[in-house]
Amino acid sequence: MPDTRLLKVQNLSIQFPTRKGIVHAVNDVSWTVDRGETLAILGESGSGKSVSASAVMNLVDTPPAVISSGQILFRGQDLLKASAEDRRLVNGKSISMIFQDPLAALNPVYPIGWQIAETMRVHGIDADTARRRAIDLLGRVGISDPERRARDYPHQFSGGQRQRIMIASAIALQPDLLIADEPTSALDVTVQAQVLDLMKELQRDSGMGMVIITHDLGVVEKVADKVVVMQGGRIVEAGPVAKVLSQPSHPYTQRLLDAVPGRHGFSVNEAAEAGPTPLLEVRNVSKVYFGRPKLFSSAPQPQVKAVDDASFKLSRGATLGIVGESGSGKSTLARMLLGLDTPTAGSIDFDGKDLLKLSAAETFKVRRRVQFVFQDPTASLNPRMTIQQIVSEPWAIHAGVLPRQQWRERVAELLEKVGLLPDHAERYPHQFSGGQRQRIAIARSLALQPELIVCDEAVSALDVSIQAQIIDLLKELRRDMGLSYIFIAHDLALVRDFATSVIVMYQGKIVEQGPTEQVYGKPQHDYTRRLLAASEVQPGALAA
Amino acid sequence: MGNFIFKRSLQSVLSLALLIILVFFLARFTGSPADLYLPLDATEEMRDQFNQRFGFDDPVYVQFFRFLGGLLQFDLGESIQYSKPAVEVVLQAFPTTLMLAAITMPIVIAVAIVTGSLAAFRPGGLFDRIASLISLIGASTPNFWVAIVGVIVFAVWLRVLPTSGTGTPWHWVLPVAVLCLRPTGVLVQVVRSSMITALSSAYVKTARAKGVRARAIVFVHALRNALLPVITVASDQAAGIVNGAVIVETVFGFPGIGKLMIDSVLLRDFAVIQAAVLVTALAVFIINIVVDITYALVDPRIRHS
Repeated sequence: MPDTRLLKVQNLSIQFPTRKGIVHAVNDVSWTVDRGETLAILGESGSGKSVSASAVMNLVDTPPAVISSGQILFRGQDLLKASAEDRRLVNGKSISMIFQDPLAALNPVYPIGWQIAETMRVHGIDADTARRRAIDLLGRVGISDPERRARDYPHQFSGGQRQRIMIASAIALQPDLLIADEPTSALDVTVQAQVLDLMKELQRDSGMGMVIITHDLGVVEKVADKVVVMQGGRIVEAGPVAKVLSQPSHPYTQRLLDAVPGRHGFSVNEAAEAGPTPLLEVRNVSKVYFGRPKLFSSAPQPQVKAVDDASFKLSRGATLGIVGESGSGKSTLARMLLGLDTPTAGSIDFDGKDLLKLSAAETFKVRRRVQFVFQDPTASLNPRMTIQQIVSEPWAIHAGVLPRQQWRERVAELLEKVGLLPDHAERYPHQFSGGQRQRIAIARSLALQPELIVCDEAVSALDVSIQAQIIDLLKELRRDMGLSYIFIAHDLALVRDFATSVIVMYQGKIVEQGPTEQVYGKPQHDYTRRLLAASEVQPGALAA
Repeated sequence: MGNFIFKRSLQSVLSLALLIILVFFLARFTGSPADLYLPLDATEEMRDQFNQRFGFDDPVYVQFFRFLGGLLQFDLGESIQYSKPAVEVVLQAFPTTLMLAAITMPIVIAVAIVTGSLAAFRPGGLFDRIASLISLIGASTPNFWVAIVGVIVFAVWLRVLPTSGTGTPWHWVLPVAVLCLRPTGVLVQVVRSSMITALSSAYVKTARAKGVRARAIVFVHALRNALLPVITVASDQAAGIVNGAVIVETVFGFPGIGKLMIDSVLLRDFAVIQAAVLVTALAVFIINIVVDITYALVDPRIRHS
C-alpha cells in the first residue's frame, strides 16, 4: 500500500569520508511531515540536523558523500531512486528550500525580481507571466513598491527583506513542502519574529508542510508542531513540541533545555564594590564617520553618527551588558573603549584618568588593565601559533610583567583556570572546538591580570550548551578575581543571565539603562519593550 | 560614472607625463644617433650638419621643450631611419599589432572560460586534471621556442603555412596560435579557481534548490560572479599584446609596434620611440577605461558604490 504522507524520511544514513576517517553525519534517521504540519529539526552544530533535509533537495553530493541506506519518500515515491532530472523537476516546484544567510543565498549580480521569476521559468512558466507573478509575490511577502523594487539587487535590501525575497522565490510555485535551514539565525531579533510570522501565515493560507532546521529552542516553540532532537547524527528524541519541551525524556534534551539562557534568576552582583571612583566612566562620547565628499559638489560631506552622546559608569566587579541590533553602535562603542577607535567627542575615564588625554607610554600601561574577547575565536587566534605562543604573547608585548622562565608554568595555570589541560599548550587552534577556542581567547585575555574585559559577542558563535559553559566560566572568574566585564550581545536572554546592569542601544543612542532586573522587569523605552517582546524573554515562560 | 572617468583620465595624464619625461631623457643617455647613421670616417662638418638637422646640437632641456611644444600640435618629430614624421611611422605599424590583439584575446577568453568552467564543475575529475596539465604547460612554455618549432613543423616540414609576412589570412595562423598559448594557460587557471569559489557559494545552492539546470547554474549563476578576476587578468594580457608582441612579431616578421620599438631603440630613433610609447600608453589607458566600465556592468555592487 503506497504511503500517503507528504514526506517520509526512513532509516536514512549518510557518511562523509574525511582524512580522519568516515564521519557518520546522519545515522538511521527517520522523520515525517504532512501537509499543514511543521516539523522542527533541533540540534547543535555538527549534529547532522541539516544533512537529511539537504538530501531531500539532492544537495548532498555523492561522491564524496555516501548514502548507505534509507528512503526519502515524497508522496510515496522514493526520491533516492529517481533520476537527477526528475529530482530537478521536484526542486522549487513541489519542495522548496530557504537558507540561513539570505545575502549569500541570493545571487548578488541579478535583480531580485529576475531571481524570483527564475524559479517559475525553469518549471515552464513563460517569462512575462513569471515576471508579473514575481512582482505580486514581492507584495505578498511585504516588500513595498514591488514593481520598482523588483529591479533592485540583493545588496539594496535589509537582512529581513532579503529573507522575505527568498521566501517569495520559494513559494512562487505553491510547493507542498517548504524546508527552511536556520531561516532566522542571521537576522536581528525583532526581524526574526516578523519572518517567522510571515512563514506561519503563508502556511495557513496554502496548507503547505514545513520543515524548520534550527538550533534555537525559541523558534521551535514559536512555530513547530512536532520536533526531532538530533545529536551526533542520531535522533535522540522526537514527539509533539509541547511534550518534548515540557517533559524531555532524553538527558541531552534536558541539558539543552537547561542551557537556554533567560530562564533562571537574575545575575547577582557578587563582587561589585561601589567605590568613590567608578572603574570606567564614559561621558558624552560620540563617534561620527565622515563619507567622502563629492568632487565639484557643494553638498555637505555625508556623515554617519555611529555612537551619539553615550554616557555610563561601571563600578569595579560589575558587569555591564550592552544590547542592541546590528547597526546600533554597540561594537563601535567597544572599539572606542579598547582604544581601537577614537571618539569624535566626549571623554572616557578609566580609574579616574582620561584615556584620551594620556601620553603614549601611559596609554600602553592602561592597555594592560583592559583586555578583550572577540566574537569569532577562529578568526582572533593566529592559526600558525601554538596555544603556548598565543597565551604568552601579551607578556612579550608588555615586557617586564613576567620573566620568561615562568611563562610555561603560568600558561599551564591559565589553561587550567579556563577548563583546559596544561598539555594543550603545544597544540594549534584548529585542533580545538569552537568553545575550547573561546576558552583559549579568555586565557589570553587573563594573562595580564586585567581589571576589565570587554566581550564583544563573545559567545554568539557558540552552541547553546557551550554558551552556558563559557558564561559559567566568566561568572566564576568574576567571583574569584573581581573582574569587571562589558558584555556586548544581541541576545537579550544571555545578557539577562550574566549582566548586573544593562544599556540598550538603538541607532547609536543609549535609549535605556539601569540594573538588569529593572530594565527587563519594567522596560521604560518603547524600543526595549519591542526587543523583549520579540525575543520572548519571560521569566518562567517554559517552566510551566 | 562621468566623474569617475574624469578622475581616471587625470591620473592617467599624470602617469603618462612622467613616462614621457623618463623615456625622453633615458633614450638620450644611450649616446648620439650620429655615431650610428654616419659613416665611420664622417667629418666633423657632416656630424654638425646631421645634428643640426635633427636638433641634437641644442642642450637637452631645449630639445625637451621643443618636444613639448611639438606635442601640443601633435607633431612628434621626424624619424631618422625612415625620414618621415614619427607619428606616421608608428600609426603604420600599430594596426598590425592591434589586429593581433583583436584576434588573439577573444580566442583566449572564449577558450579559457569554457575550459576553466568545465574544469571547475568537477574539481579533481579527469577533465580538470587534463585541462590543468595542458594549461600549465601552455603557461610555462617560452614563446620564442614554440614560435620556432611551429615554423619548423608547419612551414618547413609540412609546408602548410607560410614562415613569415602578413600577406594572406594563412600568415596569421601561426603568430596568433603562438600568441594565444600563454595567456590561455594562465587564464584557464584564473577562471577555474574563480569558478570553484563561485560554484561552492550559497547562491548556487539556492539555484539547485530552485531546480535550475546544471548548465545554467555554471554559465548564468556562477560565471558572472566569477568574472571580475578574469577581466582583470585578461585586460592585463591584452595590454601586454598591445604594447608589442615583440617576440612573435620578430620571429614571424610582422611589422607591428613591438618590432618597430625594438628597431628604433637599437637605432636611437628617439622621435619614433617617443611616439610609440605615447600611442601604446594611450591604447592601454583606453583598455583600462573599458575594463572599469565592464566591472560596473558585470557587478551591480560596483555600479552602486
